[in-house]
Amino acid sequence: MAIDIQMPALSPTMEEGTLSKWLVKEGDSVTSGDLLAEIETDKATMEVESIDEGIVGKLLVEAGTDNVKVGTVILQLLEDGEVAGDLSAPAAAPSPTPEIAPAAAPQMAAHAPAPKPAAVMAEPEYGANVKLIPTTVRDALRDAMAEEMRRDEKVFVMGEEVAQYQGAYKVTRELLEEFGEMRVVDTPITEHGFAGIGVGAAMGGLRPVIEFMTFNFAMQAIDHIINSAAKTLYMSGGQMRCPIVFRGPNGAASRVGAQHSQDYSSWYAHVPGLKVVAPYDAADAKGLLKAAIRDPNPVVFLEHELLYGETFDVPDMDDFVIPIGKAKVKREGSDVTICTHSRMVGHSLEAAEILAKDGISAEVIDLRTLRPLDTDTMVESVKKTNRLVCAEEGWGQHGVGAEIAAVVTDQAFDYLDAPPARVHQEDVPLPYAANLEALSLPSVQDVVDAVKKVMYVER
Amino acid sequence: MTKKPNTSRLHIPEPPFRPGDTPDYSHISVPAEHTLAKPDTLCEGHETSQHALGLIRVLRFNGEAVGEWNPNLSEEQLLKALKDMMMTRAMDARMFTMQRQGKMSFYMKSTGEEAMSIGHAMALRSDDMVFPTYRQQGILISRGASIKEMMCQCLSNAGDPLDGKSIPVLYSFKKHGFFSISGNLGTQLIQGVGWAMANAYRDEDGIASVITGEGSTAEGDFHYALNFASTYRAPCIINVVNNQWAISSFQGIAMGEGQSFAARGTGYGLATLRVDGNDVLAVYAATAWAAERARRGGGATVIEHFTYRKEGHSTSDDPSKYRPEDEPDVWPFGDPIERLKAHMILLGLWDEDRHAEQEAACKKEIREIYKQAEAMGSLSGDTNVNDFTMFEQVYETPPRHLKDQIDMFKAEQD
Repeated sequence: MAIDIQMPALSPTMEEGTLSKWLVKEGDSVTSGDLLAEIETDKATMEVESIDEGIVGKLLVEAGTDNVKVGTVILQLLEDGEVAGDLSAPAAAPSPTPEIAPAAAPQMAAHAPAPKPAAVMAEPEYGANVKLIPTTVRDALRDAMAEEMRRDEKVFVMGEEVAQYQGAYKVTRELLEEFGEMRVVDTPITEHGFAGIGVGAAMGGLRPVIEFMTFNFAMQAIDHIINSAAKTLYMSGGQMRCPIVFRGPNGAASRVGAQHSQDYSSWYAHVPGLKVVAPYDAADAKGLLKAAIRDPNPVVFLEHELLYGETFDVPDMDDFVIPIGKAKVKREGSDVTICTHSRMVGHSLEAAEILAKDGISAEVIDLRTLRPLDTDTMVESVKKTNRLVCAEEGWGQHGVGAEIAAVVTDQAFDYLDAPPARVHQEDVPLPYAANLEALSLPSVQDVVDAVKKVMYVER
Repeated sequence: MTKKPNTSRLHIPEPPFRPGDTPDYSHISVPAEHTLAKPDTLCEGHETSQHALGLIRVLRFNGEAVGEWNPNLSEEQLLKALKDMMMTRAMDARMFTMQRQGKMSFYMKSTGEEAMSIGHAMALRSDDMVFPTYRQQGILISRGASIKEMMCQCLSNAGDPLDGKSIPVLYSFKKHGFFSISGNLGTQLIQGVGWAMANAYRDEDGIASVITGEGSTAEGDFHYALNFASTYRAPCIINVVNNQWAISSFQGIAMGEGQSFAARGTGYGLATLRVDGNDVLAVYAATAWAAERARRGGGATVIEHFTYRKEGHSTSDDPSKYRPEDEPDVWPFGDPIERLKAHMILLGLWDEDRHAEQEAACKKEIREIYKQAEAMGSLSGDTNVNDFTMFEQVYETPPRHLKDQIDMFKAEQD
């Protein structure tokens, strides 16, 4: 097969040049490294080397030709047995003969052993005989970590103030006492640093749980979360695995200002390769954190500071694990669907109570997982209620509600009786003063109003 | 604008020579090999603070290997080091030429820096995990990785072990202890320290070797890596390959008023070595010392490999725009292959004829491997990467929405 020699670039910016002189003639034998021609630009002159051995076939560009574009085939080298007459004009884009058997046509490429299916597939069911224990979200998260650390010694917790101080919000309470300082590790104050340590440890075979004092501080670590944790499995062709959990409070607390109050739900939910979980109640917090720790992928686990102290029933079961990727209908209704997550689930349930008094039956869906998104549950609900309200604590533009509204509009447009409505934070950095803060954040009343808007009833 | 004398003035560091200048490096002192003693590998970090400012050397320019750092490699090891450096150089030359022929979008040569990769790899254990940056292809060659697979990765074709998912040169070879090279610089430093900490947690004695260019020591990751390695005594080596140039920024831009990159480790209490990076025996010796220290529980060592980037940063770079074209030729530490060759000739293990034969043989072998690699596809024809790999390995198992995408794509293909 003939080998094409192209007009090479002298520099990365060169687009064309002059082929000033041929140093070989047709029929010459050359070997790799032999000089074939001289080319020049207004800045420099360079010799073109042969890239292989063979016999010089046709010289396709005459000596002295100006403005020869980089990449133009200037000469063909013939292998033994070929004669110049065999050559047809070179194709514009010469294509090497593929060495691949036709059997390799569309089919999934074979790879490293297929990973085991996720341990958790179905929502745990429990009957009336299972005891329900009132538990704060804080303790439910703690219990989840403690149970997984007992189960698997590859699991460890790392972050600022997680050991001696028991966590800035006491979520790692008593873990140091039970598991010791090798598994509950206080770090220097650098989110970027300990997130990177966690990613390396995960790829090295451990299962880190990285606590951010708040996700606001994880901005510094986002390079490791997104560029490394989320993308390296893909970019390494499946070689580098990253089972890690990044967890901590996300969204607004009370009077902590713009740099401690942002909701990052839509930031992380945007990124392929990550799983993103944002539970509301204690049972989901526990069951989903256990699932997150067992998951072979990187999981961003968004908690809420204002929920840590709230108490919910948690079933007293040996291994209570909730599958990632499944939304939950928290309240059934027939007139409108409210899709929401994290603390806004509470606001939405309160709103549903208020609306019920006006004779409006609202269905409240707790998304629980933001990526992968359980679109089926939302779409099925809207097909029943014909109306949609999306409620979130973060900003509206490019937010979680925007995505849900788009998905539902796409998949259930003919079922909608009104345009979807969104409830979200005002489009300003969160102000500090109590009255301004309250005005900025979405409230129960905002949800009520949005529902009435899509119901076309007087507010 | 005139400035009063003795007032604060913004300082912009400048390299000693620019295009048009005659580069003269006679001011760089090439230290005698015997000036730096070889301390016990469990010494205190500060006992190596002078090693961060000097330069560990074994090979004299006349080919003699001298001093207590001489690793006294066997004939077999010397032959391997020379062959691997020559193969690396031949591969780089071939790939650069083929990039210019439009077969791949991009390539990065390691010409002049082969001793760092080869000497370093040879002094590590094969199960030590390396967290490289983009000019350590020699480590893969030393560890016996398939050159055809490396080439296929650059050509991004049907033989690419990464299925066309990453850009040329960002190799990933877990089976050869070679971590995925990251395109955003420096992340591998702290991740490698994390990997080392995981090994220590599990009582395994494999170590991590993390590598950065001198330019990326300005990234926070470098400082975090030193901080964590120091705090938790991580079993690792933190290598700075100082090849003088970060694209067009000379090393003074990253260094500031520092005295050396190795000396960055002094403030963190780490052991610090600065080594002649064009001296493969010195690189080997420094690596072996640091690896032993890490394995014995002494923690991390920062090694600065003092070398020179002989060619452009990448195929997208034209160094004649910012440094004298003959600067690589007058660089006072010579060429790593020529220096090892002189040593082996002095020992009677080698001669000019054998060297010329081996050079031709490396070139031929590389050309043949390249031919096989390009037959599997390239940028100038069809890459032949299986379309369906696009949706794979986003997650360990594809979630529903990606399965749907795969099904829809299959239906379109039928």
